[in-house]
Parts: sequence; structure tokens; C-alpha cells
Amino acid sequence: MGVNDAKVEFQSVAREQIPWLYALARRLSGEGAEDVVQECLVKAFRSYDDLRDIEAAPAWFRAILMNCARDRFRRTTSGINETPLEEESDYSLYRTIADEDPWPYSDSVHVDFLHSFTEEHVWEVLDRLKPMYRIPLVLVHMEGLDVRNVSRMLGAPHNTVLSWLHRGRKQFERELWEYAEEHGLLKQRKESQR
Amino acid sequence: MIDCSAAVGRLWDYLERELTPADRAKFEEHLDFCRRCCGELEFAEELRRFMARTPDVELPPSLVARFDRLITELAGDGTQ
Repeated sequence: MGVNDAKVEFQSVAREQIPWLYALARRLSGEGAEDVVQECLVKAFRSYDDLRDIEAAPAWFRAILMNCARDRFRRTTSGINETPLEEESDYSLYRTIADEDPWPYSDSVHVDFLHSFTEEHVWEVLDRLKPMYRIPLVLVHMEGLDVRNVSRMLGAPHNTVLSWLHRGRKQFERELWEYAEEHGLLKQRKESQR
Repeated sequence: MIDCSAAVGRLWDYLERELTPADRAKFEEHLDFCRRCCGELEFAEELRRFMARTPDVELPPSLVARFDRLITELAGDGTQ
């Protein structure tokens, strides 16, 4: 393929990928998604010759974007061994909901709690997580990667990723509850039961 | 025999099949008699499905234009 043909192809392929890349970047990097996509496009253009099979373009772009998010993650987590508050690892949303019992007339209070969140709420909760917890959580639970792959991608030992995941889930649980309290989600459901 | 605190601490690793066979057996032994931890496990499964359903975001038009300009800057207009 000539240089000019490659440039034309890159334009077309990259434009097709942008919505998916942005969605993934938004999950991984929150408010920094724009910069991650921009960085991904620049890197993809520079190494476009490496893409041999056009059918593999989605996975190829996705891998580059994940690497960009990873690099950003490394830059923003100089305190990578940061130990969170001990209380984080003991938190249980299940127990909090059972103890607080926000909707006493419900037979499925735990599921009701999750159903009180709209899509926008979930995004706002995700935005509250620290990158070091958010990224492994997104890769495993939203992108469906296994821990071994995430460990390789982030250049962190398997057990470290497991620990980030554990703390990330606990932080996510705590943020869900706090968000629901702050935004009146518990009250809204109570009122709708009357 | 493990207690509830240990069981809850291993719950997600159990779901992700990250426990050793011995730890898995201890966890399941605990579940056999602990109703609350069974509830914790069911909720964790529900929470896992909840996370997997996290919606896609729509690309704002201003960003479509920004990325479009970037692609053009990188690859030119394709005619040169």
C-alpha cells in the first residue's frame, strides 16, 4: 500500500473506532478520556504500518488505548503502594443495606438499591474512584479481561492486582452507598413506596 | 473452619475463581451453614452483573469535531 493510501485508510479506520475508543477511555480514565483518545490516535498513526490485517483494527486500537490509559495510570499513581484506610477492606455494602434497611416494605432491598441508580449515577460513582482501583475494576468487570491479562498489562504482580481489585470493589461499594445518600436515592424510593 | 470475616474477604476471589482448591473448599464449607454469607455472595454476583452493565457513553459532538481535526492533522487530507 502506498503512503497516501495508508493515510486515507487510517483516516477512515480511525474515525470508525472513535466512539468505541472514547467509551473505553471514559471507563478507564474518567475525565481524562479525551486526552487518552488523543494520545491513542497519535500513537496509532505513528505505528499504523504495524496493523497488517484491517479486520484486526478494533482490537489493535483498543490495545493501544489500553496502553495509553496504563501509562497515564502509572504517571498518576506515584503512590502506587499507597495503603488505603483499613476500614475500606472491611466495608460491606450488603451489610450496610441490611442494617440501614432503607425500604422496610421491600422483599428485595439489595436488588432495589442497585436499581435505584441510573446510568448517569453509575458514571458519577465510577468517577469518584482512584485510578489505581478504577482501572483494574473496569478491565476485569466491565471489559471482561482476566486477572492474568490485567497483571501483564499494568506490569504489576498478580497478587497486587488482586489486592487493587479487592480494594476497588470495596471502594465502589462504599461510594455507591454514599452517593445514594447524598443524592436522595434512598429517599426517592421511600417516597415511591407510600 | 473459617469465620464470616474471612469468608467475606474471600468472596470475590471465589467468584473470580482465584482461590486455591483448599481455600475454595473452606469457603464452601462456611457457606453450607452461614445464611448471611450466602446473601453476601448472591449480592456480590448481582453487583458483578451491575458493573458489567455499565453503559456506554455517547461521544459529544464537540469531541467528534476535535478528534476529526486531529485525524486530519495527522494524516492530511489524503490527497497529497
